[in-house]
Amino acid sequence: MDQPILVIKDLTKRYGENVIFNEISMTVNEGDTIVIIGPSGTGKSTLLRCINLLTRADEGQIWLSGEEITAPKHNEDHVRQHVGMVFQNFLLFNHLTALDNVMIGLTKVKGLHKDAAKTKALQELDRVGLADRAGHYPGQLSGGQQQRVAIARALAMDPYIMLFDEPTSALDPELIGEVLQVMEQLARDRMTMLVVTHEMGFAREVADRIVFLEKGHIVEEGAPDDLFYRPKFERTREFLWKISELYGKKDAGQEGGAKP
Amino acid sequence: MFTFFSYIAAGTAVTIAVTLVALPMGLVFGLVFALLYIYGGPLLSALMKVYSTMMRGVPPVVLLFILYFIMSGAINLSPFWAGSLSLGIISSAYQMEIFRGSIQSVGSGQMVAARAIGMSRIRAIRYIILPQALRYAIPPWSNEASTVLKDSSLVYALGVAEILRRAQLLSASTQQPFLAYGSAAFIYFVLVFFTNRMLDLLEQKTRLPTHL
Repeated sequence: MDQPILVIKDLTKRYGENVIFNEISMTVNEGDTIVIIGPSGTGKSTLLRCINLLTRADEGQIWLSGEEITAPKHNEDHVRQHVGMVFQNFLLFNHLTALDNVMIGLTKVKGLHKDAAKTKALQELDRVGLADRAGHYPGQLSGGQQQRVAIARALAMDPYIMLFDEPTSALDPELIGEVLQVMEQLARDRMTMLVVTHEMGFAREVADRIVFLEKGHIVEEGAPDDLFYRPKFERTREFLWKISELYGKKDAGQEGGAKP
Repeated sequence: MFTFFSYIAAGTAVTIAVTLVALPMGLVFGLVFALLYIYGGPLLSALMKVYSTMMRGVPPVVLLFILYFIMSGAINLSPFWAGSLSLGIISSAYQMEIFRGSIQSVGSGQMVAARAIGMSRIRAIRYIILPQALRYAIPPWSNEASTVLKDSSLVYALGVAEILRRAQLLSASTQQPFLAYGSAAFIYFVLVFFTNRMLDLLEQKTRLPTHL
């Protein structure tokens, strides 16, 4: 089970003079859930976008399932078929029903027959608890439901790894739970996941490893308990404490029903 | 009286024919030009911009004469075809702007999401961008459809016997200009009205449902 599915070596990304991240190295084993945390603007999203080649890194290499995907002339579309991506703002295809959103990659990218694609898509919708919403358009779904459809859409491609880019940040507090639940189930099913999030509860319970990224480099990484209770750096403790407090406050507000 | 009106109305078929050549032609070229403008790289994009600016910067009737003399000089075309094709070329510039706007109204995230599931750019345009962009395009396109329908009257200057040309002839021969041009106006109005109604229906039919 402990096969490395994703290996990142000395990855660097700059925009002009601005270094987004510098010589980042990371290994993700099959079935692992890795949570990436860090202040905004530290290159977490850019890192994810480099992994599915939506953005090109300037230096360094990435191997996916043993193949170097940063090699020149490597087929990008082929790589992306095997890397599921879930965005902060869902990005469902607005003109398609939930079912068609999940189906379209199967029919138009994988070339599956319509019937087979439909069966598979319904399974994936069922997996995220939305089989009964198959015929709804994104405009008819809540944010949480849209994000779950987006997860189903990515899962339908049978990816080697799922990338989550702050999947709950754009959601109302009461809708976060349903999305996290789906992600927790995926983690239990040993889906390989790389998750950028501020949901510390999720990180603590589900992550095999937490990576703390700041100012373009990895400050510290390790098991959740180590980072939360025995961090090597004061900065890690400070950040985790601050974020957890924020998260805790949101929880309290919810329970008290103080927020409309 | 009946023959008077039916003489003008007989031009209706010509007017509709001119429109049915010019409008679809402008649609095909306008859409292709818009795609080249947005996705075609800097050179093609610049070229399309020049084309659109020039075409839209000159009155249609002036362009019509220029294109007519180019076309009838190069290839032996009848006034009907030369006029209709010229109107199609002029309309392509306006339709290019309509489609450019509507394609750009589709959020950039839609393309990102399509590429993220491994779709090629061409397929993403075909299956994700265009189906949404074309919906946005219907209201402004409806406007362009009525413009082309009305501008088809310009081919009368080339001697094509469409509605306006016939109204003018009748006005001169019967000395009843109000009746002649009034009849022409009425026919144009009816044509434009029903064209817009049909496009309204299309817009309603393709509208995406929102909320529960």
